[in-house]
Amino acid sequence: MAHAHESNKKRIWIVLILLTLITTVEVAFGIIKPASLHLTSFLGTSPLNWIFIILTLVKAYYIAWAFMHLEGETKWLRRSVVWTAVFLISYLVTLLLIEGGYLHSTLAPLVRW
Amino acid sequence: MEANIAIPSDSKQTWNGGGNKPFGASYGKMMMWFFILSDAITFTGFLAAYGLTRFKFIDSWPIADEVFTHFPGLHGVHAPMYYVALMTFILIISSVTMVLAVDAGHQKKQNKVAWYLFATIIFGIIFVGSQAWEWKNFISGSYGAVKTTDGKVLQFVKDGHQIALSDFVVGGRTDGRVQHTRLNGLWFEEEGTISNYSIAQIKAAYKSNTDVQIRSELIDPATKQKVILSRAEGFAQLTKTDFVVEGANLQANEYGNTIFANLFFFITGFHGFHVFSGIIINIIIFFNVVLGIYERRGHYEMVEKVGLYWHFVDLVWVFVFTFFYLV
Repeated sequence: MAHAHESNKKRIWIVLILLTLITTVEVAFGIIKPASLHLTSFLGTSPLNWIFIILTLVKAYYIAWAFMHLEGETKWLRRSVVWTAVFLISYLVTLLLIEGGYLHSTLAPLVRW
Repeated sequence: MEANIAIPSDSKQTWNGGGNKPFGASYGKMMMWFFILSDAITFTGFLAAYGLTRFKFIDSWPIADEVFTHFPGLHGVHAPMYYVALMTFILIISSVTMVLAVDAGHQKKQNKVAWYLFATIIFGIIFVGSQAWEWKNFISGSYGAVKTTDGKVLQFVKDGHQIALSDFVVGGRTDGRVQHTRLNGLWFEEEGTISNYSIAQIKAAYKSNTDVQIRSELIDPATKQKVILSRAEGFAQLTKTDFVVEGANLQANEYGNTIFANLFFFITGFHGFHVFSGIIINIIIFFNVVLGIYERRGHYEMVEKVGLYWHFVDLVWVFVFTFFYLV
């Protein structure tokens, strides 16, 4: 922590502007819902959903790295947190989403609309 | 045994790890990180359960734009997303004031730390208040719907736009049914609020208003909009209804699947509880800063640690926002 007493204000404001911009873009997309992105399908869901998910991960990156100051921690503290989280979360999400898709394919034919 | 203990406990400072700094971080900070990690997995459990349920009911899940449409001061205006976007922004701002407090702590500026923490607390309270307002709207509902005996929610539309029951049913409840309370019936039994209209009234109003149509829960995959039934189909569905739903609770809601409201309450409630506890912790730390405890200690690391928690709450909201309101 050689630079512990420096001020990181500039970086903080830049990240704020970035996060605000990304949120604005997300909300604009969410309200307009362009048909070419919303009604088409790409890798299992609409391209619009992929845009939302990627922008969310970008936001998460900036919050964790800049605000939670992961960028200033030692490499292995960062890795012990991030790698563990990324592995467990993707594992759980993958299993549960596959299971959800299976439930739908099994149960939906039984529902009469 | 002693040879197996990595950290010498002779100094008896077990709470802060005996002054050892694994990964160059103090014991407290590292443990905060690992707590956040485990908490992140808990939230993942909730959000992944939401994903599973949504995939299970992918052809009939409520559309968020049609559920969250309120903005303070704009009555009757269809304002999807604006309010949650504002809430997201408020939480991001509170994260910024928190990180500014941490930054001021590094420079040992006691006054600045206190003021930034104070701002963080205020923004946090605004956020929790906004969430309470969101819940209030969600619980009281704005349109009302009917539910069939096989558990499907039917909503009413006119010219493709959803309308409230009060928009086409005339007058008040006509069947003379009153709410059963302990005072007017069996003293040991009571029931919840009864609906404003009876099913028979709604059926009659549907028959006489030929421009009212029924919207089913089913989503048309081509347009990703809810399917609107023809007048005849709608009437066939309407004959199967047995009760009126107004608003939302854990048993039924006017938006669609029961579990949609349940997940909404659990996930945003669990997050809101985190924000609430974050505010309490921030208030405690705020007083410690004002009293000069960290000034005497020589460092403001405690502000950094609660800051980590606060940013984590913001981080979770970013995901809740995406998966509940956008996707």
